Amino acid sequence: MTNPQPILELSDVHTYYGNIHALKGISCSIPKGDIACLIGANGAGKSTTLMTIFGVQRASQGEIKFKGQPIEKLRPEKVAALGVSQTPEGRQIFPRMSTHENLEMGAFLRKDKSEIEKDMAWVFSLFPILKDRMRQLGGTLSGGEQQMLAIGRALMSRPELLLLDEPSLGLAPKMVEKIFQTILEINKSGVTIFLVEQNAHMALTISGTGYVMETGRIVLTDKASALLKNERVKKAYLGE
Amino acid sequence: MIRQELKKLVVYGFFLAILLIPMLGFRTTTFEPGRAFKTLGVFMAVLVLNFVVKIVRSRKKKDVGAQKPPLTERIGERINRFPRIYTLGGLLAAAAIFPMFADNYMIDVGITCLIYVCLGLGLNIVVGLCGLLDLGYIAFYAVGAYTYSLLNLTYGVSFWAALPLGVVLGMVVGCIIGYPTLKMRGDYLAIVTMGFGEIVRLVLNNWDSLTAGPNGLFGMKRPALYYPSFAEDGFGWAAYYLKSLPALYYCILAIAILTIFAVRRLDNSRIGRAWIAIREDEVAAELSGVPTTWVKLLAYALGAAFASVAGAFFAAKLSYINPNFFLFMESCIVLCIVVLGGVGSIPGIIVAAFVLIAAPEVFRGLQNYRMLAFGGIMTTMMIIKPEGLIPASRRRRELHEGNQLTPKD
Repeated sequence: MTNPQPILELSDVHTYYGNIHALKGISCSIPKGDIACLIGANGAGKSTTLMTIFGVQRASQGEIKFKGQPIEKLRPEKVAALGVSQTPEGRQIFPRMSTHENLEMGAFLRKDKSEIEKDMAWVFSLFPILKDRMRQLGGTLSGGEQQMLAIGRALMSRPELLLLDEPSLGLAPKMVEKIFQTILEINKSGVTIFLVEQNAHMALTISGTGYVMETGRIVLTDKASALLKNERVKKAYLGE
Repeated sequence: MIRQELKKLVVYGFFLAILLIPMLGFRTTTFEPGRAFKTLGVFMAVLVLNFVVKIVRSRKKKDVGAQKPPLTERIGERINRFPRIYTLGGLLAAAAIFPMFADNYMIDVGITCLIYVCLGLGLNIVVGLCGLLDLGYIAFYAVGAYTYSLLNLTYGVSFWAALPLGVVLGMVVGCIIGYPTLKMRGDYLAIVTMGFGEIVRLVLNNWDSLTAGPNGLFGMKRPALYYPSFAEDGFGWAAYYLKSLPALYYCILAIAILTIFAVRRLDNSRIGRAWIAIREDEVAAELSGVPTTWVKLLAYALGAAFASVAGAFFAAKLSYINPNFFLFMESCIVLCIVVLGGVGSIPGIIVAAFVLIAAPEVFRGLQNYRMLAFGGIMTTMMIIKPEGLIPASRRRRELHEGNQLTPKD
């Protein structure tokens, strides 16, 4: 692989929740423009990895670099300002704000009003249903709409790297397909995507690189297409 | 419908009887069920009336078909249709001429109401906007009051000069309590803030050398207006101390109006939106780039600042303070104002402050039953209008519209 400089690089990252050693030395690198996915079972540390990248959880050891710049000591708002964006697990939108207000919150760090308007229009073109729901409170949207809103909100900061935490969680299969199609579309517009998923099949299908995580460690790294054929992955995550 | 309501009536009556007969019926020597039944009768009369009204209404509903919006909302709509400037001007004019028609007692109640308006609006920042349940809010009120009192008694600092110092000190104390509680939420936060409120009161109570302990401080100067004077020794500034109740009333009215403006601006600002985002979902707010630590500390600090101003005025008005003015009960009353008025709603909080502070005065005629009536009203209010007297538009949508929109998927 002749990689350009990776947009995100983790080397030997450790994270603790109190005494619990959640990440035990994670290393990975995500090439610019790629879709990378991290698959694994419940409690493997997938969400923790994203939270550590974003600085919500502090890494106790190791290095995290975004575009070559170390970010492991930065607070979340600083990481966001650099061009990283994340959708939280379980569609955590602001339930008592309207769809429009939710999207506005996504652009919280930006001040360029006309550009924000453009991005809002882009989000509405990706998810036309959100435009119809513009004045509706976030909490009254359906599950799929909430997930769209969470992704839309994350895009409103105009990120270079988008971290998605289980976008398929609790959605109907049809809706999952729609969300993944949109993820591909977002990627085509130039946003690098790091996807955390339990739905391994879907995630590996759209990804370039895949990582498999087990109890705080990355146990397999390969091209996603190769992982789809890997016996171990097939057995454990694809149910074949 | 009728059967259901009748059933409710019986259950309520039974419940009230259990509650009231032992409470009012037993005397130390005799058993007087008559007293209890008299009271029970009053309550039951109210319930029966409610029953009749409901039945009549349900009949009407069938006739008309469409349901009319509730009275308060209709009044609200009327007010909204009326040009805003007239409404505000009218209210302001009414507030301005109030002391000319009221006696001293009424003005005094009015002043207390306005102090609580300031407190309610300040707590609204912390509880209503940022969603941090603070049960020790009165501590900041105490800080403001003691700051002014000590500065004035020891160094002769005037009210207006002490005010900014009190605000700064209030904000510092706000941050001191805010910082350790940053990671806490809900019940834990409530308990810690409650403890903090008590700590402040106990410190004031026991630090004899500084605060004179339970004896309190007295002899603080009233706020003054300064005007140029050309007395014997040439040009100078003369002070006119606001000693009369109407003068003090206008002073706190001005402070309250400034507070209302400030809180309105904050509500619509970027910071206001960040507060609401934190209240809604802290992790999501953090992921949207809200610097949650600073924004939360700012909520504590600004809430404390408004309480501090109110406290300084309180000390100046009374010229006497002691730690017993700052009991936990006061924190509760301020919290009640915020909840009763409608969390996050500025007009609601203003109305609630007047209702909650004036109501116990109005009920004075009921003597011992004063607080019972007060509690009854509070409970009834929370049952029939959980979103508050004048709900913030956001809350109203949540509690009413939310029911109609059933999520699919």
